[in-house]
Amino acid sequence: MSDVVDTAAVPPRVETPLQRFAADFFESRLAAAALVVLLTIIFIAVFAPWISPTNPYDLAKVSIFDARQPPGAENLDGLTFLLGTDGAGRDLLSSIFYGLRISLGVGIASGVIALCLGASVGLTAAYYGGRVDTVIMRLVDIQLSFPAILVALILISALGKGVDKITVALVIVQWAYYARTVRASALVERSKEYVEAATCLALPPRRILFRHLLPNCLPPLIVVGTVQTAHAISLEATLSFLGLGLPATEPSLGLLIANGFEYMLSGSYWISFFPGIALLITIVAINLVGDQLRDVLNPRLQK
Amino acid sequence: MSAFIIRRLLQSVVVVALMSLLVFVGVNVVGDPVHMLVSPEAPQEEIERIIRNLGLDRPVHEQYLFFVKNALNGDLGRSFVFGEPALKLIIQRMPATFELAFAALLMAIVFGIPLGIYAGIYPDRVSSKLIMSGSILGFSLPTFWVGLMMIMVFAVMLGWLPSTGRGETVSLLGLKVSFLTIDGLRHILMPALNLALLKISLVIRLSRAGAREAMHLDYVKFARAKGLRESRVVMVHVMKNIMIPVVTVLGLEFGSLIAFSVVTETVFAWPGMGKLIIDALHNLDRPVIVAYLMIIVLVFVIINLMVDILYSILDPRVRIKDAGR
Repeated sequence: MSDVVDTAAVPPRVETPLQRFAADFFESRLAAAALVVLLTIIFIAVFAPWISPTNPYDLAKVSIFDARQPPGAENLDGLTFLLGTDGAGRDLLSSIFYGLRISLGVGIASGVIALCLGASVGLTAAYYGGRVDTVIMRLVDIQLSFPAILVALILISALGKGVDKITVALVIVQWAYYARTVRASALVERSKEYVEAATCLALPPRRILFRHLLPNCLPPLIVVGTVQTAHAISLEATLSFLGLGLPATEPSLGLLIANGFEYMLSGSYWISFFPGIALLITIVAINLVGDQLRDVLNPRLQK
Repeated sequence: MSAFIIRRLLQSVVVVALMSLLVFVGVNVVGDPVHMLVSPEAPQEEIERIIRNLGLDRPVHEQYLFFVKNALNGDLGRSFVFGEPALKLIIQRMPATFELAFAALLMAIVFGIPLGIYAGIYPDRVSSKLIMSGSILGFSLPTFWVGLMMIMVFAVMLGWLPSTGRGETVSLLGLKVSFLTIDGLRHILMPALNLALLKISLVIRLSRAGAREAMHLDYVKFARAKGLRESRVVMVHVMKNIMIPVVTVLGLEFGSLIAFSVVTETVFAWPGMGKLIIDALHNLDRPVIVAYLMIIVLVFVIINLMVDILYSILDPRVRIKDAGR
């Protein structure tokens, strides 16, 4: 008898789905480290104006006499440039912090908008089927048969430069991936009984789509979302490097790398090198987190 | 079968037509090329004369119809900057881009397949894990930055390889090629490797998966049981199983190599189509932009069409499913 009392006194630890998910995720130490790195990068991006050693775009504080200082150099005011300075005398570390802000901002914003757009379109295609589905998926097929950089080039040549325009271009490049992912999982979900039950209740299609189908299609969507965001950041950097992305007033990491290009041949490697490392760390961290999410969220791999 | 091909062909024509409309309207809405050609102080009559010469005074839809009529005759307009036919400019640069893309394709096969097979046969070795981490890195590294770092290390610091241009070219069947001269080879090595990096990673993954699968198949076990040498088992029997997916995927990826050569060509100043389009975008040289995009769309539609048709020959299920749609 006493056994029963004991168990009643100490309630068994109930694992919520979120806790189980977190436990699964942190099983891989590499993924955990990647998540920490990613969070740090996001922190830096958000708080760049407050944690940067200098404001690289405050013309009053930037001196041309500090141009092309190697990493670790000190200027006359006793300011140390940990990663050196660029051709205009801006502190590279600060420029990278500000650059991360823009690169991550554009990448995440375009990812989120494309996710919403693609998910809505994909759900619509799966729910209505028939002609609507055929037309939408044909469009998706056609777009996916062209490489992202080509689609982006076409769009940039039509839209022009600027933060808003590059975000629009990145959204158009990405939406098809989300639409295809959501449609595939929504088609599976649609034939399940809870959707049938909801249909029998004569709920409006919009409610069935967004309240019933969408939550069950989220796991693959989240995985595609991380990978796509990494792609978007990389693509934005590439376009900015080609001089087709962001204007010089909003320098992303790609533009910083491009600015260093001309100095590299004369041996000032750091101007291109460090922004590239920052870009690389960001992309690798996102990809590692995405990989682990895929493993954790995939029901087939669960024990 | 022929119904399938005809349907696909019609689809391709529709895609090209749609793209031409999109590209033309899009490109013609932005920028003002007149300001590029004439100085702001030029007299008004001079500016108007140029606008008339370029046909920029007519409504957009008229310009488009005019463009389509000319395009069908192989005339995609004259470059504002070079004053030469845009199509001619692009076709002149095409061999350089194709040479680069083929060199990258070759590298993807030569490096990717052996590394992938090795990682697939000995999945637990440290070296295999290194290869796989390398391939993850290959997927994550931004191409243009790797190109810059290659220039820094091999051209600036070590001084082994030249960083720009095509080097000495020789004429082969009327086309200029770099790969037949030592100087040309030295010039193509870095850009080709840079362009190939992503594809090498892809091929490593594909051949590793294929090799791992093949090692457990009966015919490979049988080949071993027969007492064949390990090298023969791998080179002949396992290899055959890998080649099909690798060749299919690389065929599809050739188009993306041509598209991505835009980046590599800019980094290494390789005088191909990609460099031309980037310069044209900076100068708002609209006929060249439109012509490049049309040519590249055409190349892609042709590649996709060929892949579709090949697939339907190899796998009849594809065309039956398509007819049922």
